[in-house]
Amino acid sequence: MPHNHDHEHSELSDIELRVRALETLLTDKGYIDPPALDALIETYETKVGPKNGAKVVAKAWADPDYRTRLMEDATAAIAELGFVGRQGEHMVAVENTDKAHNMVVCTLCSCYPWTVLGLPPVWYKSAPYRSRAVRDPRGVLAEFGVSLPEDVEIKVWDSTAEVRYLVVPERPQGTDGWSEENLADLVTRDSMIGTGLALDPAQKESAA
Amino acid sequence: MTLHDALKSTPRLPLDEDGGPVFEAPWQARVFAMTVQAHESGMFEWTEWAEALGKELAKDGDGSVETPGYYDRWLNAFETILRSKGVAGAGQLRELRQAWDAAARATPHGEPIELKR
Repeated sequence: MPHNHDHEHSELSDIELRVRALETLLTDKGYIDPPALDALIETYETKVGPKNGAKVVAKAWADPDYRTRLMEDATAAIAELGFVGRQGEHMVAVENTDKAHNMVVCTLCSCYPWTVLGLPPVWYKSAPYRSRAVRDPRGVLAEFGVSLPEDVEIKVWDSTAEVRYLVVPERPQGTDGWSEENLADLVTRDSMIGTGLALDPAQKESAA
Repeated sequence: MTLHDALKSTPRLPLDEDGGPVFEAPWQARVFAMTVQAHESGMFEWTEWAEALGKELAKDGDGSVETPGYYDRWLNAFETILRSKGVAGAGQLRELRQAWDAAARATPHGEPIELKR
């Protein structure tokens, strides 16, 4: 389990430092209210970056050769589709099966692969999520409405500055013969973090 | 002026098909939302903001949406308007950046970065 990087410190890019400095100043002076700011940002959550990761997952479901390449070298396989991280991050794909469910924690600084996954959810930044996800992943998943059979092992992956994870959720039943485009619509951001499952086709109908 | 009208009157703002803003990175959504809130709290009129942003965009390149760095210039313009309104001195911002940088370096990877003051 990759939890042995406690010696590493966090880092913020120059631009993140500028944005945080502004936020602190404007909060101190009463011009902005951080909870209201988070709420506003949450409404744009899905607007950050295209759902590149969903296309990657859909292709892996539909194309066994691509799936093999993705599991062997996710960085290269994702780059095949034209999605390249800004800082050349190393991506690792971890696959859910009926025996194992993967979830990713640690998205607090620049280690979140937003070029693939889009904007991290606001709740993701909270300290309790990360510490609880490590200690009680089943409990955290239950809060997200995901209950897994007892015999499914839950693996928790902690991103680092060097390695970021993409969860490949299980392909939903009843999607035989679907196009990659339709499959991609079933792949939610949360399913690629591991705090959700891919939508089942019936859910998609009702959401549409 | 509604937010929707404000967005429409913002020079070259990248929008999706529903007329909402799109971002390429989380910090861009943050600086966008801060600008909206600063306006809503009465710091400046949105027309003033549009003008300030337009000036910054005119500085380099063709300023098209495709040009990387739309929100880099947005951030420059936001810092400039805060200075001209007397809200943020350059020294204040520099100190806060240094404080955040120090806080990040003192924070183990994976822990939330907090400014201790």
